[in-house]
Amino acid sequence: MSAPLLITFDQVWKSYGEGEARVHALAGVDLAIRRGEFVAIMGPSGSGKSTAMNIIGCLDTPTAGTYSFMGVDAGRLDRNRRALLRNLYVGFVFQGYNLLPRTTAAENVELPLIYRGVAARERRDLAMQALAEVGLVGREHHTPAELSGGQQQRVAIARAIVTRPTLLVADEPTGNLDTARTHEIMELLARLNTGLGLSIVMVTHEADVADYAGRTIRFLDGHVASDTLKAEAAA
Amino acid sequence: MIWETVRLSLRSIRRNILRSFLTLLGIVIGVAAVIAMLTIGSGTTEKVKADISKLGSNLLVVRAGRPAGPGGPGGPDQTVRPLAEKDIAALVAHLSGARAISPAAQKQVRVIFGTESLTTGVTGTDSAYLDARDWKLVSGRPFSDSETRAGTGVCLIGETVRQQFFGAGDPEGEIIRVNRTSCKIIGLLEPKGYTGFGQDQDNVVLMPLHAYQRRIAGNRDIDNIYIAADERTPTSELQPRVEDILRDTRRVTPDRDPDFAIRDMTQIADAMTSATTTMTGMLGAVAGVSLLVGGIGIMNIMLVSVTERTREIGIRLAIGAHEKHILIQFLVEATVLSLLGGIIGIVIGLSLAGLASMALTIPFAPSPAVVLLAVGFSALIGMVFGFFPALRGARLDPIDALRHE
Repeated sequence: MSAPLLITFDQVWKSYGEGEARVHALAGVDLAIRRGEFVAIMGPSGSGKSTAMNIIGCLDTPTAGTYSFMGVDAGRLDRNRRALLRNLYVGFVFQGYNLLPRTTAAENVELPLIYRGVAARERRDLAMQALAEVGLVGREHHTPAELSGGQQQRVAIARAIVTRPTLLVADEPTGNLDTARTHEIMELLARLNTGLGLSIVMVTHEADVADYAGRTIRFLDGHVASDTLKAEAAA
Repeated sequence: MIWETVRLSLRSIRRNILRSFLTLLGIVIGVAAVIAMLTIGSGTTEKVKADISKLGSNLLVVRAGRPAGPGGPGGPDQTVRPLAEKDIAALVAHLSGARAISPAAQKQVRVIFGTESLTTGVTGTDSAYLDARDWKLVSGRPFSDSETRAGTGVCLIGETVRQQFFGAGDPEGEIIRVNRTSCKIIGLLEPKGYTGFGQDQDNVVLMPLHAYQRRIAGNRDIDNIYIAADERTPTSELQPRVEDILRDTRRVTPDRDPDFAIRDMTQIADAMTSATTTMTGMLGAVAGVSLLVGGIGIMNIMLVSVTERTREIGIRLAIGAHEKHILIQFLVEATVLSLLGGIIGIVIGLSLAGLASMALTIPFAPSPAVVLLAVGFSALIGMVFGFFPALRGARLDPIDALRHE
């Protein structure tokens, strides 16, 4: 593990509410993830895994403690700077795909490039390339309604990687898919991890999905309950 | 980027075509009303101006009776001496700065040719009348001085009278009966059309003053004296001179009110023009209120749109849209929506104004300034009323927005 650090949590707290009703979604989490890692985050609902994922994806900020992303104190950035960080370095894949309806696959994939100010022609080329990488050549003009769940998730992955991000954040990416489709998507993510060196942080409920990751972090009651590398687990 | 956003907003407008159309309707009606009102209004103003210049430009009209008081025009006063030929003589002899001075006396009379008859305005006057009132002959000749003096039975007829009796034919040399006297047509007057008050100016017969006085009126009264100023003399300068001369001949001392009234047609023209302009402005302002209502409609629908598309906003924010990108997206959408409404409104407003102009026989006077103003104003309404909903969208928390169903 000589790769540089991508993410560090230093005594990160995330709390909601006031006084008696105060709830701690994260209660002093320490965590480090290096570039190129494929990490699965597991835990029951309410364990803080979604909160951790939102902070990792620069969507949310900690109440206390330090979250640094690529050496930047991302927890203290305002929302527009975090938007810029997301646009430049983070790709998102969601359980419900979250594609824009009635918008073609190619246009969905182009979307993050629009906010980067990439010219139309270049956008088209990059989107085609990303769609090819997820195996969707020939479907670029289909709208989400005309695609199967697995295909929609591939479009979402293409949208996430079209900007060549450093980190891919996946929130239960296979939660809506059947077993066969689940394995196809997971193989695609694993390939992107090894082939492109893309760091992946994935939240999941399913152990066999987590098995594709090189490292599994379990959350419980706002703490990291366990943190295991695949090699250790096998040993 | 901005073109991209415009395309995007056009698409979202198309997707909710019925809702967009209903929202547009407010702006369409507002803009159409403003455009139609202002266009019809400026057409009316032009019509009024044209009408008054048809009466004769730089014209003073003198009549017997007290001058118009603040309560309105003074009616013909029976106790007051009518105008007489010595008044004309005095004006002709002493007035400088006048191009033409002409007496006139009028009466509605039944005119007969063959089996046809028509009630028409018969005016007794002299050959200077045509000059004073800027009226030309289409054919024939005016009265000669000797005919005027002798009161010969000759006449000039207007276009309406010709159509009634002769259709498109040539009336010259025909004899018509005016009241109980017969009269030979020697010329045809150029058509003038209707006045702003709907009076047909072509339903006229002109005859020499003496002939009119002897054979029709039965007295020697003169109703009006028309005085046209020459090019170098403004009517405002001419008016006191006329008053001085008439006070002198009619022996009205300076301490008493004159027993005659002088109307300055230029002043009347100005007054009427400013009245129609004020009217137009007021109607335009009332129509403007409906634009405001249209704007509130836009705001309402944009709020609905932001709520409906909360998830979409969440996605956009998650993949790196800046707050300002979302703000611009919804602002552009509101602006495009109201601009579309504005353009449709302009087309409808101008069409309405065109139809109304035809119906009211006023000139169709579309003003590029008004059209530009309407476009600008409708865009502005979109921006102003779209801003609050757009800001609401831009300020959404991406996590909440993504969770929104």
